[in-house]
Amino acid sequence: MREELIVSGRMNPFIDPHLNIWHWQIPLYLFLGGLAAGILFFAALFYLRGKENEYRAAVKIAPMIVPIILIIGLFALFLDLKHKAYFWHLYTVIRLQSPMSWGAWTLMIITPLSFIWAALHIKEVFPKWDWKYQWLKDIETFFQKYKKVIAWLMAIYSVILGVYTGILFSAFNARPLWNTSILGPLFLVSGLSTGTATAILFSKNHEERKTFARIDLLLIAIELFLIVHMFMGFLASTQVQIDAANLFLGGPYTAPFWMLVVAMGLIFPAVLEALELIKFRIPVYIPAILVLFGGIMLRFILAYAGQMSRWLY
Amino acid sequence: MAVDTRKCVGCSDCVVACQTENSVPIGFCRDWVVEVTDGTYPTLELELRSERCNHCDNSPCVRCCPTGASHYDKGGIVVVTHNKCIGCGACIASCPYDARYAHPDGYVDKCTFCLHRVEKGLLPSCVATCPTKCMYFGDLNDPKSPVSIMLKNRKYKTLIPEAGTKPQLYFLI
Repeated sequence: MREELIVSGRMNPFIDPHLNIWHWQIPLYLFLGGLAAGILFFAALFYLRGKENEYRAAVKIAPMIVPIILIIGLFALFLDLKHKAYFWHLYTVIRLQSPMSWGAWTLMIITPLSFIWAALHIKEVFPKWDWKYQWLKDIETFFQKYKKVIAWLMAIYSVILGVYTGILFSAFNARPLWNTSILGPLFLVSGLSTGTATAILFSKNHEERKTFARIDLLLIAIELFLIVHMFMGFLASTQVQIDAANLFLGGPYTAPFWMLVVAMGLIFPAVLEALELIKFRIPVYIPAILVLFGGIMLRFILAYAGQMSRWLY
Repeated sequence: MAVDTRKCVGCSDCVVACQTENSVPIGFCRDWVVEVTDGTYPTLELELRSERCNHCDNSPCVRCCPTGASHYDKGGIVVVTHNKCIGCGACIASCPYDARYAHPDGYVDKCTFCLHRVEKGLLPSCVATCPTKCMYFGDLNDPKSPVSIMLKNRKYKTLIPEAGTKPQLYFLI
């Protein structure tokens, strides 16, 4: 039998009894970042394939909300900082070893891109929109010329943003649950899936919704595959990672994870989307909202469970 | 630094000395004492360890700091520059030894091996205070430093070397 006690007494908030440094702000931001990445990726993809009129919701309508959700996400990140007045130090260096540093720079690039993309389509979405000032109109015509370049940049940076939301966690070898490179692709695919769900929500065109339901089905299948692989990897790894997996296999996060994320967030919407594709009538917003719900729960549960997994004591 | 687990009595003087020397805010600590009991009565084995930041050679906290506030200072000591720290918490999450905490003023704080004392030729306050003289401090590159001599003559271990951080806090066993 072995007993380990800190006899001098240690109750540092944020560390004891287990890590407690990141709260709702971080998973909320990871969800919004992934959502923004998903929407922008499909907007750029369908624009570059020349299908902007067939896929109007994905290319033109859904990107309208991206600047808003990115601003909310960035604000949540700012709220999380404990030394807020010093936040600008993030933009005085580029530290490639630190995922948070290059993530901050990625956001610095993709946030303006999302504003430009929304501005380029705002007149089509809101026909009564008026820029009011001539210089704003000049800026719009200037960017109109480089729309293809912007779309390419958006496609590339949205993938980086989606992967980064997962790498942020997986870079910490001190937290065995997070320390798996599967989190990068898992969060990217989950982000793309929430992006398709948003496109479905905004779309009024049956064909467009059908295409996105098909894409979403594929993404959900990949996500399930990655989740299974994540657990296989953990269970075949060291004791600390086996302990991390056991948080979900009998531990405190078993019910929330398998019910809220896997059943409600992945399998149920996948079944509904499949039923709709074989001509059953199902209100489209139900699977779409379930996918968004699953995306947010995945990040919340992984953020909190990861802080419970550790090496010592 | 090396800590002799056979001489340590677990009095926690090192913890109080550190809190006093470094004005550590109430309720926090930069070092702590761990008591490990192995076996079943009456065959018990006890190990006492005064633990703190391991000042790792391959520090995950320095690696993941987005602003470079956490850095290697003189002699490989890992230090946080307070007015560069944004308090994002990445280093706290990255430390497998859980040696860091967020200071109520916002920045992240941890053991500095009393760099301000070492620069003046003094010992870290925990080492200087220890009533059983169970801690040895010095430059590992200097074969004549007290810590090098102890590591040459005694068996030692580091904590969770499998975390891959190359910890520099040695426990004599």
